[in-house]
Amino acid sequence: MKIRVDPEKCQGHARCYGLAPEIFDVDDYGQASVIMDDVPPELQEKARLAVANCPEYAIEIVAD
Amino acid sequence: MAHTAPVQDWATDFDVLDPRYVSDPFSIWDDLRARCPIAHTDRRKSSWLPTRYDDVTAIAHDIAHFSSLKVAVIPGDEDEDPNADFDGPNLEYGLPPISSDPPLHTWTRRLLLPWFSHKRVDSYVPLTRELCRGLLDRFADKGSADAAADYAQQIPVRVIARILGVSEELSDTFTGWVRDVLEFADDPERRQRGAEGLLNYFLGQLEESRRHPGDDLLSELLTTEVDGKPVDDGIVLGMAALVLIAGVDTTWSAIGSSLWHLAAHPEDRKRLAAEPELMPTAVEEFLRAYAPVTMARVVTEDIEYEGCPMKAGDKVLMNFPAANRDPEAFEQPDVVQLDRAHNRHVAFGSGIHRCAGSNLARMELEVALQEWLARIPEFALGEGQEITWAGGQVRGPRILPVVFP
Repeated sequence: MKIRVDPEKCQGHARCYGLAPEIFDVDDYGQASVIMDDVPPELQEKARLAVANCPEYAIEIVAD
Repeated sequence: MAHTAPVQDWATDFDVLDPRYVSDPFSIWDDLRARCPIAHTDRRKSSWLPTRYDDVTAIAHDIAHFSSLKVAVIPGDEDEDPNADFDGPNLEYGLPPISSDPPLHTWTRRLLLPWFSHKRVDSYVPLTRELCRGLLDRFADKGSADAAADYAQQIPVRVIARILGVSEELSDTFTGWVRDVLEFADDPERRQRGAEGLLNYFLGQLEESRRHPGDDLLSELLTTEVDGKPVDDGIVLGMAALVLIAGVDTTWSAIGSSLWHLAAHPEDRKRLAAEPELMPTAVEEFLRAYAPVTMARVVTEDIEYEGCPMKAGDKVLMNFPAANRDPEAFEQPDVVQLDRAHNRHVAFGSGIHRCAGSNLARMELEVALQEWLARIPEFALGEGQEITWAGGQVRGPRILPVVFP
């Protein structure tokens, strides 16, 4: 699974980091980013939760 | 307080300070969402009140038509003249970044954000925990307490004082000023007194921090340069006042509402005490169901939005709490589900003005609930004892008597 954070949409709510710190980081200014190229199967449920909890609809699964 | 007549029609004459709205806004939003869904009033000032998730978030993102220059839910003198009766630096920019649009918003926000990054907030956990334990020590063996005044109210103000680099000893004074500005905003004398108290205090602190800089937010704002120039004193003053105002009433209200919920819902209280691993989703759910903060926007030009003829200068109340109860956006929105998995709530706003202190607020709420439940896992509302709620810009319990074994 590949996922991405749209930097234009991300406003720094940090919900993704709270739910899945293994997959996301958030910088000092609130900008979230994905820190792995490929999300392994055991983290994919967490990735989907991050998508479903982002208030800005900024996270998308680009390849499943 | 000029407008106290009871509301007859919520769609055309709403009043966020009406006692019915303060005690139970939820049924009013349900009614409006079904038949309106954007209410209007001419009380105080022509204002609009969206109630649907999609409307609230769309307006929050449309910064061209909905400016943040006037964010007070209850309009006051400062809506007309921010420098009214203040003998100090020019405050024409209000309280940036919350009361500003880009580009001022962008660079002032960037100065604040690192102080509230999740990494920085992690470093405030030990002092927050210690503070909560000290408060609990005072009443845990007494059998009863005011969970709002003795606990919730005491926590965020002290953490924010530490971050700002101002005296924790003055916490009660700060709380009083912030309540004057936000909670008693409809009383011009109290509002004025709170604003003057805050601004004059920070005016003195500016000089103090210049003489004796520390490793705090205020000292950094005074020494930082933007485009090779120091930040204007009026902007530093506005930012410092904002951090205090925004960091006190809001989180205290969220902690109080969460404790109210747990006291009133024994099954949730027992479950959260028994399953502490639910705390992260429970915190988000409390934030969703009891979102404390409503902000305002000002319409920049005449515009028809969803059939509403909005005029330049009208206010729009950013009803994030109602958005969080929209059945189109949340399943069973009026049921608190401690393990709610899908929760795209907007308690901290939406768009470029997302609460800059959201990581801090979330941490304070989580630590405050953890420490309370660890010390007082069994508690209930005090029978026959009156609970009072504040409303308007910030909703939360102000007197919350609870009893425990």
